[in-house]
Amino acid sequence: MKILVCISHVPDTTSKINFTDDNTKFDTNGVQYVINPNDEFGLTRAMWFKEKQGAEVTVVNVGGAETEPTLRKALAIGADAAIRVNVAATDGFSVAKQLAKVVQDGGYDLIIAGRESIDYNGGMVPGMIAGLTNSSFVNNCISLEVDGTSAKVVREIDGGKETVSTTLPLIVGGQKGIVQEADLRIPNMRGIMMARQKPLTVLEPISIEPETASVKFEKPVPKGAVKLVSPDNLDELINLLHNEAKVI
Amino acid sequence: MSVLVYTESDQRRFKKTAFEVASYAKAVADQLGTTVTAITINADDTSELETYGVSKVLKVSNTSLDAFSAKIYASIIKQAADKEGSKVVVVSSSVNSKYLAPLLSINLNAGYATNVLEAPLSTAPFVVKRTAFTNKAYEMFQINTDVKLLGVSKNSFGLKENKTSATTEDFSPSIPDSGVHVESVDKASNKVTIADAEIVVSAGRGLKGPENWGMIEELADVLGAATACSKPVSDLGWRPHGEHVGQTGKPVASNLYIAVGISGAIQHLAGINASKVKVVINTDPEAPFFKAADYGVVGDAFVVVPQLIEKLKAFKAQQ
Repeated sequence: MKILVCISHVPDTTSKINFTDDNTKFDTNGVQYVINPNDEFGLTRAMWFKEKQGAEVTVVNVGGAETEPTLRKALAIGADAAIRVNVAATDGFSVAKQLAKVVQDGGYDLIIAGRESIDYNGGMVPGMIAGLTNSSFVNNCISLEVDGTSAKVVREIDGGKETVSTTLPLIVGGQKGIVQEADLRIPNMRGIMMARQKPLTVLEPISIEPETASVKFEKPVPKGAVKLVSPDNLDELINLLHNEAKVI
Repeated sequence: MSVLVYTESDQRRFKKTAFEVASYAKAVADQLGTTVTAITINADDTSELETYGVSKVLKVSNTSLDAFSAKIYASIIKQAADKEGSKVVVVSSSVNSKYLAPLLSINLNAGYATNVLEAPLSTAPFVVKRTAFTNKAYEMFQINTDVKLLGVSKNSFGLKENKTSATTEDFSPSIPDSGVHVESVDKASNKVTIADAEIVVSAGRGLKGPENWGMIEELADVLGAATACSKPVSDLGWRPHGEHVGQTGKPVASNLYIAVGISGAIQHLAGINASKVKVVINTDPEAPFFKAADYGVVGDAFVVVPQLIEKLKAFKAQQ
């Protein structure tokens, strides 16, 4: 089985979110980048398929050379090869188009992408790849088993879960649950050394007209100070929630 | 040319988000000088859509569609959009709508904006305001395609009444092969879900152990709320994973979010920030949650929560 794991290179959660150029660009100054958490759960599941079922795992990212450390980290975790499509990720559609090309050219059986990236929160890339390649698609995947060309997937739904069966080639939108937090791997020294020897192929992009564009950013207005209520005066809390906030 | 809205139903009844997206679609239609058409799939009574400005209902009734399929539903909405010549299509941010929308976007060659908060800032160029960076920023987002697909953030636009009278038309689209077959659905039918709840009561490691969740469930019961938990609590197995809210868990956009014994790690706050009013109960006055909350009680949850339950019961009895 050939697996492709799509890796988004995103600011670490604790990064300060600021903008430059008259609030039109994300300020990368001092920002630490990581593998998008939803993608990391999927990558870890791919490692399981590699170890238990002999799958071959490639990771892919659409981005400039500055995203390579993130791909190297994925190689250090255990992916066999990496691909970088050499173009800045503009909108979700363009990224999905570039990735669909990689998927079609590479003949992958299983494509795992996070349900959304934690930076732009578009949540559209996995589904768009499926639409563009006419493959089966299951989003919000919290469990994934593959047997030959059949797959059994559990999907999180509002208020519960749903078990579905489908066939490869399959695209899944992964999230926590596809593996547990405790299963995530920190690259060890051997993995980091080996990652340097693994192939990282740089592909030139195809030409795409983006469908959407970021015009400007705004930061939320800082909220006022918390109103503290004494634990001996909970009637006041109920009063505030009822008369001031009007939520009960 | 009408604005098409997919009004989602569950067990043949509309969810509240259906009326919110209908209200939103009406606002867009007013800007564009057109009307709203709703597409419904296996909803029994569609008359309530008239309250929120829908002028036409395309009603699909087919028992083979009782099990949700993103691919089939996306195809049906695409066929409805073609039939109506719609240039703007509106969906919700439910799990199912977010699942089908990227497929629909490809079907329609429509640029897709997710997490949209407000009616478009302008329609030429077409710009909407959405959240990004997990509620830490707003993005003004321009869609350049002829057809636009908008996913509206839950509980952002709200319900806006706009009484109209609607015509209803039975619609029989062609049904493609799904490729994904539902084997089983495991869903508690009698519980308020985090996605639908107006109020969410959430607890963290401050509760010391799963055996202490009785009072959280009781507090949720009194308020008609859903229960949720922090990430460490689900990682420790004290509560089911489906209750985990935060950046890697479920997003919350309720009217009221009550956090008990949760310190307020940045990942947690990111996931619940879209809630309108936040209350924190924690023994540690330095807990970061106090900076994010509207109301706070510095105190021991084991003392405060039982008292709060009693007082809320008395308050509810008076109402």
